[in-house]
Amino acid sequence: MTAAAANAKSRTARAKKIRQFITPEGVDLELKIAGSGLRFGALLVDLILIQLTLLLFSLLMLWIGLASQSDTTAVVWMLGAFLLRTFWFIGFELGSRAATPGKRLMGIRVVARDGGRLTADAVVARNLIRELEIFLPLMMLGVGVAEDAVSGWLILAGVLWSLTLSLFLLFNRDRMRMGDLIAGTWVVMAQRVKLDADIGVDAAGDAMVFSEAELAVYGIFELQELERVLRGRDPRAMREVADAIRAKIGRAIAEEDDVFLLSYYRQLKARLERKLLFGKRREDKYASD
Amino acid sequence: MIPPAAPARPIDTPSFSTSRFRAEREADWIAFDLLLAKLEKKGAAALTSDELLQLPLLYRATLSSLSIARATSLDKALLDHLEALSIRGYFLVYGVRESRWNRLRRFFLYDWPAAVRSVWKETLIISLIILLGALTSYSLVSNNPEWYFNFVDEEMAGGRDPRATAEFLQSTLGHGKAAASKGESGLHVFATYLFTHNSQVSILSFALGFAFGVPTMMLEYYQGIGLGAMMAVFSAKGLGYDFGGWLFIHGTTELFAAALSGAAGLRIGTAVVFPGARGRLQAASDAGRTAGKVMVGVILMLFAAGLLEGFGRQLITDTMLRYAIGSLMLLFWLAYYYIPRREDVT
Repeated sequence: MTAAAANAKSRTARAKKIRQFITPEGVDLELKIAGSGLRFGALLVDLILIQLTLLLFSLLMLWIGLASQSDTTAVVWMLGAFLLRTFWFIGFELGSRAATPGKRLMGIRVVARDGGRLTADAVVARNLIRELEIFLPLMMLGVGVAEDAVSGWLILAGVLWSLTLSLFLLFNRDRMRMGDLIAGTWVVMAQRVKLDADIGVDAAGDAMVFSEAELAVYGIFELQELERVLRGRDPRAMREVADAIRAKIGRAIAEEDDVFLLSYYRQLKARLERKLLFGKRREDKYASD
Repeated sequence: MIPPAAPARPIDTPSFSTSRFRAEREADWIAFDLLLAKLEKKGAAALTSDELLQLPLLYRATLSSLSIARATSLDKALLDHLEALSIRGYFLVYGVRESRWNRLRRFFLYDWPAAVRSVWKETLIISLIILLGALTSYSLVSNNPEWYFNFVDEEMAGGRDPRATAEFLQSTLGHGKAAASKGESGLHVFATYLFTHNSQVSILSFALGFAFGVPTMMLEYYQGIGLGAMMAVFSAKGLGYDFGGWLFIHGTTELFAAALSGAAGLRIGTAVVFPGARGRLQAASDAGRTAGKVMVGVILMLFAAGLLEGFGRQLITDTMLRYAIGSLMLLFWLAYYYIPRREDVT
């Protein structure tokens, strides 16, 4: 039963990332904590965008500066670079989507941990701490390189010490940075999901009729995998899945894969949903029917 | 939307079907989605009053659909969509903020001074630490000028050390003539540089606060050390009064800002160590929010200090006038922060 154990394990892993978040209407929104990979990706995208903006801005200022022969542009450049570096994150996270471009790309956003609204001071606090998290390890390296007197081991110790602060989010299960901790925020998943067509009502769904015994072999996990394959519309994947199901329930190949799968999906879904209404939720094929 | 005609089914099929549920409610979800997209792009001002009235209705309809779908439907795409839509809706409906102008007004009138007032203890402690640093190095350098080289970087000093002549030291305080000969156009560049540099240092001093406030205190102590050492060098040559003016004009603002940034850091540090009746996380986040407000104020103060240092100090060479401006700024900040006022009622 290793497959059953693996299924159960992945389910608990998913459940571990879900945080209860009850709205005043009494509905649990079940927010999912964004993973560290997504967080890092978002940071990387933002840093690249900042550098690109800075480059364009510098070129523009250089061009204006050369044309006008005035050093006002140097002031504008310095202020601009400072504002860009300090307020890029703050500015975007104060917007209605509470996410920088990098975070938007990754489908994550910042929310207040207590469920209240995300206030400006929290956004400021979480982002000023970022200065430290990014630049302290760099500074440690910089100082170490600049001062020859300091031994390599000391530099290493400094960098490691500062890295434990920067990588703080790896050490807690809520994936909070130091900044999140201090501002009282979380970063959670906030993808947009398009409403896909209801494949359950397709006319082709009634082309075949399956018996109770044929439908009883699968659970919710398999149903949703089947749904994914059907929505993906990849003929090769459909063929593979259709063959697997046919082998399992002992049917000969007699019809098109998509007709077969759609009929099976529809009737399996109807069966499982009927059971759901009676309070019986069968997570996967290993669970008892 | 009209539900599709139910096909002939065996007798045991329930009359409720998730497809019919979806067909009935789908129009609401689509309308809510469109409304949210509009709200996100153009803000609440772009919505007509009719749409505004629709917003909470559609929001509640979507949440109710989510509850029903979770209990009855196994359509993953549908569940994911409803979940994402509800989350998006929740944060827009409950996260509606005041207008930018209102928020700005409140920040300057109430939030900023209130935040600074609430860290008064920490401000006092950090000020004492800076003072202590200054006194330490002052007494050490006065007794033995050799100490100076331990405290101040050779580069930073730029020749302003105990070996320098009084004339040279005097000249570094003037700057008016010297700057004019160098071309005054450099002043605003200098001011901007000072501002960005100092801001970075204070952000660091704030950010270091969470390590129980110890690094913050060390950083502030170090700032005091540099100050005291310089002071000792100048006063040894009888230039203490002039140096005070040179420092005072922007120093009152800048050191005040430095003390506040340290206080903000210390507030977080103490909240982590002594959370009181609250949970440690709760205490840290409460402190973080107060400190965040203080820090925005600190950056604004440093901007003012940068202007005073870059322009004011270089253009105004009269020591009395320098003292006057510095004291005026200090009085202004003290009045702005600490004069009691009616609380924010909104």
